[in-house]
Formats: sequence, C-alpha cells, structure tokens
Amino acid sequence: MKSYPISIKPFGERAVLVEWPEKVSESILADILDFMDAFKELKIPGWEMSVAYNSLTMVYNQDHIDFEETKNMILDCQERQAKSKTERVQHLWTLPVCYDLEFGMDIEETSKTLGLSIEELIEQHTSHQYVVYGIGFLPGFMYLGGLPSSLEIPRRGEPRLKVQKGSVGLASKQTGIYPQDSPGGWNIIGNCPVDLFDPSKEHPCFVKVGDKIQFESISKAEYELHKIEGEVGIYEPEKVVLNA
Amino acid sequence: MLKVLKAGLYLSIQDLGRFGHRDIGVPIAGAMDVESVKKANLLLENDENDAVLEITMTGPTLQFDTDTYISLSGAHIVATLNNEPIDNYTVIKIGKGDILSYGRLEKGFRGYLAVKGGFQSKRVLDSRSQFYPVTKSSRLKDGDDVPYAATTDYEPKISEVKIEEHFENTILKVYKGPEFSLLSDGQLTEIFSKPYSVSKENNRMAYQLSELITGHSHSMLTSGTLPGTIQLTPAGRMIILMKDGQTTGGYPRILQLSEESISVLAQKKYGDELVFKLV
Repeated sequence: MKSYPISIKPFGERAVLVEWPEKVSESILADILDFMDAFKELKIPGWEMSVAYNSLTMVYNQDHIDFEETKNMILDCQERQAKSKTERVQHLWTLPVCYDLEFGMDIEETSKTLGLSIEELIEQHTSHQYVVYGIGFLPGFMYLGGLPSSLEIPRRGEPRLKVQKGSVGLASKQTGIYPQDSPGGWNIIGNCPVDLFDPSKEHPCFVKVGDKIQFESISKAEYELHKIEGEVGIYEPEKVVLNA
Repeated sequence: MLKVLKAGLYLSIQDLGRFGHRDIGVPIAGAMDVESVKKANLLLENDENDAVLEITMTGPTLQFDTDTYISLSGAHIVATLNNEPIDNYTVIKIGKGDILSYGRLEKGFRGYLAVKGGFQSKRVLDSRSQFYPVTKSSRLKDGDDVPYAATTDYEPKISEVKIEEHFENTILKVYKGPEFSLLSDGQLTEIFSKPYSVSKENNRMAYQLSELITGHSHSMLTSGTLPGTIQLTPAGRMIILMKDGQTTGGYPRILQLSEESISVLAQKKYGDELVFKLV
C-alpha cells in the first residue's frame, strides 16, 4: 500500500507533530500504525509516540531535538515503512454494557430525541464495531470511530460535574467509556463494568490504538458479577484476533 | 517517615515526571518548576529525578521521625525548623522529631522540599509523581506518612548556593504551535502587544489567562498536547496546559511554551502579569 503524504511540524523543544490527511479513516490509521512499527524497528531509545485520529505526537524524552534532523529521520523512516511491512496483531474486544436505567440515566431522553425505542437504541449501539483511533483525555479513555449516524446526538447543554466511572456515552459522532469518575457532557446510556485503566497491571490499558470494540448488552445481575470478578482479578474481557 | 501534620493548600510528591505512557493517556505530571527541583536535589547530591514535596502557596507542617538532611527551594515561603527560621538553598541537618513549618508566602507560588536520597514513596509506572488514578491520590492529606531513608553521616560538599531566581521574570518564551498559522494578524497583534494575567483557574493541569482575544470557529480533530501547549478556545480564551494536563485536546494549539518558561509560569499565581515573546 502506498503511504499517504505527511506533514511534520515542530512542537516545542523536544517534540514533533506528524500529520496525515485530516480525515477519520481506517486506512489512514493503518498507515500511521505502519509508520510507528517501522520507527520502532529503528530501536532509538527515548522516543514515545501517541496517536490521535490522523496525527502522531512524537516526543524525545532524553533531550532537546534538532527539528531538521528529526524531520529527515521521519521521512527516511516513511520510506523504509513502504519496504518493510510488519504484521500487527489487532484485537476485537467485546465489552459488556448494562443499559439499565440505573446507569443509563439519559437513555430514555436520548432514544426519544433520536426517534428510537430504547431497545432499538441498544440494538444499534451493540451491532457495530468501533475503531480505537486514539487513547487520551483521561488515562484509558478511547476515542472510538464508526458510530452509526442514527445515534448521533449533540452533547448535553450543561455538563455534569460528576459522571460515574464506566459510564458509556454518546456525543455527536462519538461513543465512549469514562474510565474514571470525571466531569462530562456526554449523554449517558449505560455502564461498562470493566476496568479500562489499572495501573497495578503490567499493561494498565489492555486496548491498543487500531483495535476494535463491540458492546454487548448485559443484565444488572451480569453487571454485578463482572464487577466482582474484576475486583478479585479474574475477569478477562473477551477478545478475538483481527486478521490484519 | 515524614508525617504530614498539616498539608496546607496543595502538597504533593513529585519527581521530574512519568514518561513513556502518553500512549495510554497518562500525563507526565512531575514537578511544575523543574529548575527549582533540580537545584534542591543538587545541593543534597541527590539524583535530579529524586522525589521531592511540592508545596503550593500555603505551606504544610511536617514532622521528621529520623535523622536526615534537607534543602528547600522554589517560592520564598517563610519556613521554620522547630520555630527557628531557615533559608532556601542551604543544607539543613534534621534530627528525630524535628518540625518543619511554613508561614507567609513572599515570592513565587510553589516551593520544594528535598530530602537526602529522595522521598521513597511507591513508584508507579516508572515515577513517584502523584497523579490520580495512577497513584491513589493526587495530593497528600493531613496525617499521611511519606517514607525516606535515614542519613546520619553526611558531609555536604556544598552547604549553600547563590541562585539566580526566576520569580521576577514576566516574559514567557513561546514557539509557534502546530496551529499557529490559523492566527490572524489581528490576533497576533493582540497576543504579542500587551500583557496577560493569570486567572483564578490555575492549577497543576492548566493555567487559564484572564483576558480574551478575538475568538475563532475553527474545528479540528483531537490531537496530541504537551505541558506548555497554549490552546485557544472558540471564545478566545488562552489555556496553557501544565504538568498534569491531558495528553490530547481538540482546541487549536497556537503556541508552545519553552521548558524554561513552564518553570517561570509555575511560580505565578492569580493576577500575576505575563508577556509573550516569540522565539
């Protein structure tokens, strides 16, 4: 696959911002991940990279950088990327969500606004796979793309001061899960009992950018069970390997 | 252990930060005024990344339960050891039961307390910097204990240093941010021709500036942010992200502070004035 054109901008004394065409697209995301794989193969210590939709922020933790030198290194890497394609393991995660009114305090109003029954809303929310385009905002917060247009609803007029950990929300073209208690303006339709950020684990966030998420509707009893399983550390979210 | 008798306004354990976890949304955290921390650690011949306490405006009252040596740096906050005044940037011998207490803030905003060998709280994701939910809390509370190792036989090579301080500095050096080109000539003139003051909304996550500039209607895809990134909201508010700032954002990143200027800004409080200088 031919690489997309990129632009490289300085970003302070030790970082650069690499930008791909400004679109939410799976093939652009794949190109960014290919670039990252090629860069990691260079094994230069001290660099960290984080993706968000069409951009990659590259930070050199060890020192200030020379922009022109870094830019050339990145362009060289993009050429290498075209030649050496690595196989990447990506997963489809099934995350349980309880859409009970106790958790989904906005689900009635949201379904009314969207012209759907609650059952139809849940059916549509759980029948799509969402691509993880980035992790940020809060530790373990996933930027998910691929929401059907029938579920697009503006964020709430007044944000809540506290949205409960695990809350699943809708806001314009996005759906997502609050990994911790946080202020927030999304329309809350349910709650996911799975810890999305656990700093006591070797990999605090099990999801990676490029993975996919599908939600599964569960009962309140199943929710309580998963919650307890999570607390004692025996809950493993369901995953399948996506053929890259 | 160091016992926190009174925590004051905002007391936290910080080292130079938590690196390598941006990809899962974990901010760098770490000391706001890195320059002051490095000097405090240097005096004690510590590693520059050794953990210190960051003290914000109203100082704490602290009690040591074993012998060690300390140094204070950063903001000038009147400090006493067992009611005897002590100075910043000197090595001070501490005995069991000694009480360090802080009084009036004279200059700056954030002070630092370094201990010989550094504070030994648990390292989480390669750093001791407090940041919830990586650590259990973002700050210390009354009654908390902070571990450190006893030191009895230390001969300081340097007992005092003269420091060029940055509290009087009101110039923030900035680079062009990724969306700098969105700024109109009018906005550029606004930003660089007059002083701005720190708003009440200022903390370890971000400093907002009180004065608005002309707004914009540019929308962009969420993208990476760093400590020192200056975002411009549609209403024309400039928000300067600091050490606990989120790793991604959706507002145009018009400017980026130099690292030195992050330390300068870390010592500013509500109402302090600043000017921007493009480098």
